[in-house]
Amino acid sequence: MAVFVIRRLIGMVLVLIAVSFITYLIFVKIPGGDPAQRIAGKLATAQNIEDIRKKLGLDQPFYIQYFDMMKAIFERRLVSYQSQLNVVGQIEAGMPATFSLCIGAGIIWLTFGILVGTISAVTAGRLSDRLITVLALIGISMPVFWLGIVGRYLLAEGNPFHIFPDSGYVPITQSPVQWLYHLLLPWFVLAVLFIGFYGRVLRSTVLDTINEDYVRTARAKGISPRRVLLRHVLRNSLIPIVTLFGLDFAAVLGGGAILTETVFQLQGVGQYAAQSITTLDLPPIMAVTIYATFFIVFFNFLVDLLYAWLDPRIRPT
Amino acid sequence: MSANEPLLEVDGLKVQFATEDGVVKAVDGVSFTLEKGKVLGIVGESGSGKSVTSMTLLGLTRGPNARFEGSVRYHGMDLVKASESQLQKVRGAGIAMIFQDPMTSLNPVQKVGDQIIEMIRAHEPLDKKAARQRTIDLLGEVGIANPAGRVDSYPHEFSGGMRQRVMIAMALACSPDVLIADEPTTALDVTIQAQILELIAKLKDEFGTAVILITHDLGVVARLSDDIAVMYAGRIVEQGPKGSIFYDPQHPYTWGLLGSIPRIDQPKPPHLHAIPGLPPSLIRPPQGCKFRPRCPHAFDKCMEEPDLLARVEQADHLDRCWLDPEDKRNRRTATIRPNESEEAA
Repeated sequence: MAVFVIRRLIGMVLVLIAVSFITYLIFVKIPGGDPAQRIAGKLATAQNIEDIRKKLGLDQPFYIQYFDMMKAIFERRLVSYQSQLNVVGQIEAGMPATFSLCIGAGIIWLTFGILVGTISAVTAGRLSDRLITVLALIGISMPVFWLGIVGRYLLAEGNPFHIFPDSGYVPITQSPVQWLYHLLLPWFVLAVLFIGFYGRVLRSTVLDTINEDYVRTARAKGISPRRVLLRHVLRNSLIPIVTLFGLDFAAVLGGGAILTETVFQLQGVGQYAAQSITTLDLPPIMAVTIYATFFIVFFNFLVDLLYAWLDPRIRPT
Repeated sequence: MSANEPLLEVDGLKVQFATEDGVVKAVDGVSFTLEKGKVLGIVGESGSGKSVTSMTLLGLTRGPNARFEGSVRYHGMDLVKASESQLQKVRGAGIAMIFQDPMTSLNPVQKVGDQIIEMIRAHEPLDKKAARQRTIDLLGEVGIANPAGRVDSYPHEFSGGMRQRVMIAMALACSPDVLIADEPTTALDVTIQAQILELIAKLKDEFGTAVILITHDLGVVARLSDDIAVMYAGRIVEQGPKGSIFYDPQHPYTWGLLGSIPRIDQPKPPHLHAIPGLPPSLIRPPQGCKFRPRCPHAFDKCMEEPDLLARVEQADHLDRCWLDPEDKRNRRTATIRPNESEEAA
């Protein structure tokens, strides 16, 4: 087990290096990506650009530039070319909003996804199953930005059925109640797609599992139907859901909730990433890339550990 | 309860499943009784309704598309009409079941011990420790070496034969009075098959459990059974004490089954007998005797279905065949022992 963990940790570091390096390479090679030219502006002379290049160390060979930037990120002194603000500081400033949004939404989509998928499978073919199927497909098909805007239009302050405040983020340290109140709508908007998707996946795995021989054995043992469902059917059906959740949750934490953050004006990491990309601001792009890659790699690692715990057959011995 | 008082009385059991192609008459009027401590062998090929019959006893075939008729009397209860919660108490505790494929019949992500403990605690007010101790004892009983160490193993750490032993330990955990073994040896190697059968025989005597042994293999029932029921197309076509079935078989289908077993005590036949044709459709079964289309001895009268009646001297030996018993005794040797008939000719 220890060997497995160490091997995976080394692998994580390698993936981080590879992803950041490739991102850097792509950025430097794209047309219009040269930071010196962008900073100098339209009326800059060749001398101006050369000075900026020298000042930022962009006259160095490519791999040294990469190394310098990585060093600056980990020493927390990398600043944006545009705003001159500290990049790591900016990401940290965005993390509470992003984490609040993603953790809340994650809990909601996992809970409701499992609930909806199980109900759908247990009542397969009946009205509730068909209803859930239709709703799930609608949920999967609705784009988040549309759902968010419609949600705001209908349910937020100053609108027909006003229940929620109209966007914004209140730190939990400032007022837990306001924090919750402001996040409820974004949570559900972000979660809807995943609820529908997880519900569909779980429905089919539960239906497969119900027909397994060991479920028949469990029923023949005379244990309660509830216990058969929880201990024998769901326990085995949830294994694929774990993989999905690990990847999806890491992706939204790593900036995948851009649309929700933008619609609800939550100043999170996703929004920061979106701004940096539109202005082709290299330092924040690199920092956000590493931040996002870290979560994806890390959650993948957690999924593998969880898998071994859930399924004794794949435990490394 | 006296020794010959019936423990389980199945009367006119019918099980039908509605499918897109029509109504499948999986079990079509099956009746038998099982006495305390006795072994009833139910024999037939795939699709003859033997597994559906046994699973129906425990209500495991219930579903939105299933219809039932007839009754299954067990301790004053009708298991066909019993509620789910009543059945839940019978399952495992009164009637336990061993399934065909031990490789897939145990939950792969739960320790084998926990799967047995779960069952014990569902029926008896034992604490975890006592249930665990009983589980260890049971595992030892069914021949698992080092049971105290193996109780925490997962199914994938056992071989097929070991898993079937675990299944047997589980089935016996609450001392049921009926054990249903549905093809318990089909998925196992021949050497393991013999061990498992011996184990079932030994435990049956030890626990006094009545056994319904379901198989397509007459060799298996020959070893263990007291009585035999031969099923074909959802019905019993011949039923009686083991000796009478083996030495005076009355139904041509039974002859076919007997003829298809290679025998070590007989000279090797040129080829092993096979019953021609396929089992009939259970949605649109043939008219009259269900075996008629495959039966080499069929004649006009077979268009009418014979009842399950005693037609020989042995009063509890029943069959569904119109042929005269004397006539049958002359005809059957050709199917069952082709060598002898060739010598005679």
